[in-house]
Amino acid sequence: MKKTVQKPVLAVGPFHPLQEEMEYFQLTVDGETVTDIDVRISYNHRGIEGISETLQFDQVPYLVSRVCGICSASHPLAYINAVEEIAGITAPERAQYIRVIINELERIHSHLLWVGLGGHFIGYDTVFMWAWKYREPVLDLLEEITGNRNNYGNVCVGGCREDIPDEKIPKILKELDKVEQKTEMLTKAVLDDPILHARLKGVGILSKEDAIKYAVTGPTARGSDVAIDVRYDDPYAAYGDLDWKVISQPKGDVFDKAVVRLLEIFESIKMTKEALKKLPKGPIALEVKEIPSGEGCGHAEAPRGETFHYVRSDGGNRPVRHKIRAPSYVNVPSFRASCIGETISDVTITLAAVDPCYSCTERVAVVDSHNNVIHDYDTLLRMSREKTARIKKEIGAPELKMEDF
Amino acid sequence: MNQEDLNTRLSEIKSKLISIEQTTDNRIYLLCEAQNNYEVCRFLFEDLALRFVIATGIDSDNWFEVLYHFSNDETSHIVTVKAFIRDRENPAIESISPFLPGAEWIEREIQDLFGIKIKNHPNMRRLILNDDWPEGVYPLRKEVRK
Repeated sequence: MKKTVQKPVLAVGPFHPLQEEMEYFQLTVDGETVTDIDVRISYNHRGIEGISETLQFDQVPYLVSRVCGICSASHPLAYINAVEEIAGITAPERAQYIRVIINELERIHSHLLWVGLGGHFIGYDTVFMWAWKYREPVLDLLEEITGNRNNYGNVCVGGCREDIPDEKIPKILKELDKVEQKTEMLTKAVLDDPILHARLKGVGILSKEDAIKYAVTGPTARGSDVAIDVRYDDPYAAYGDLDWKVISQPKGDVFDKAVVRLLEIFESIKMTKEALKKLPKGPIALEVKEIPSGEGCGHAEAPRGETFHYVRSDGGNRPVRHKIRAPSYVNVPSFRASCIGETISDVTITLAAVDPCYSCTERVAVVDSHNNVIHDYDTLLRMSREKTARIKKEIGAPELKMEDF
Repeated sequence: MNQEDLNTRLSEIKSKLISIEQTTDNRIYLLCEAQNNYEVCRFLFEDLALRFVIATGIDSDNWFEVLYHFSNDETSHIVTVKAFIRDRENPAIESISPFLPGAEWIEREIQDLFGIKIKNHPNMRRLILNDDWPEGVYPLRKEVRK
């Protein structure tokens, strides 16, 4: 009888009830160490590129804002950039500023969401509670400006649909001050914490060479010393008029990616405030009658990386081809470079460091060669947390207290 | 690399291209036949160090097109390689994943959705389509869409 050696396999996925993306990671393990990784996606393929070709140009933004619940400002904006390029039009200045404000508020709440979830995965639930608490007022601001906490539906070909009334600006600025203050406290607490340094530094390293080869973007690239940011490199909306800097970190580990996101929150707050103060007077939209034939590439910096839309028009009222590139689609395969060689207890946070819409990590299970589940998700989460506790004990750190925040 | 350098460097690959088109200040399209896609993309990625963004497959009735979008982040240019596949019966194109692992997924997706065979791909399995989806039915082809 032929005897085959079966390697233990760690199955991550395929379904996650919290978020709409489903992914399945199959990790081959040797003891505690991950030796290979395989990925399957598309359990919930919605055919958005196909649907887009059945809609009119002005209907598509509402469709693409539903590509992702969190990137629901950057997808329509990238699409609009492409269509405005085909039509050769530029939206009024006030609309450009409103686009910046909504996109930066989106980035603030998305990064805070990540900080919270990152904390949760390594057993710092205090960080989780506080980060999400500070995120809430940002969503309230978005609701006040656009009418929705997500899926804002505010951008249209030629401008914006809804204005930000001038009398609301002082209130928004005041709220942003509060958010900034609280985020500063949180950031200091996180970055000064010796346990987080010990737990996250040197974990899940994505080298600069791999970051370029795997074509990653966003905080995943900027955490690996690749300082690219569409807002800076190809300024759209009003980003070219504002004063801000691209944040990047050199080492490419989980800690650096966290630092990038935390510091970017401050840049975003600064940018939003400046845009609100400089908000020019005037109309918010042009009337666009028809889109000529042609092709256009539009991109925008979403919280997770570059969102890229390619649109081709034949002069009719619908796109004949609409290609969407979401940042996670390109960032996720970089796991091959960052997870292999890591231990199982570090995989949870390494997978999370890319901010892949978490769909995967909730359903982790380790199976042995007879496919009996030996570790479920809770066990893995416990292993990750135990490692944090162990480090805590080793370096004799005090218990994290609420007052520290 | 500034704009002038980019234009000079792009002319080095001219022999492999049908033409170079510029739609706006910073959008450049390099048109080529399917058999030259590997060489042109390798030149952009390795020699010019442009960043790979994504690829797009298109069914244009009489032929297929595969567009490889590259970005030059220093000058805000998007350089798109537009490879034409004239053979509608057996469409095929060379894989660029051997030197660009970031293209693995999108090439698998293009094969799934358009039935364009990607030659020499390091890991060619279905990406988008379900296991029980019938062979030979490609969802984004014109005949299926109608």
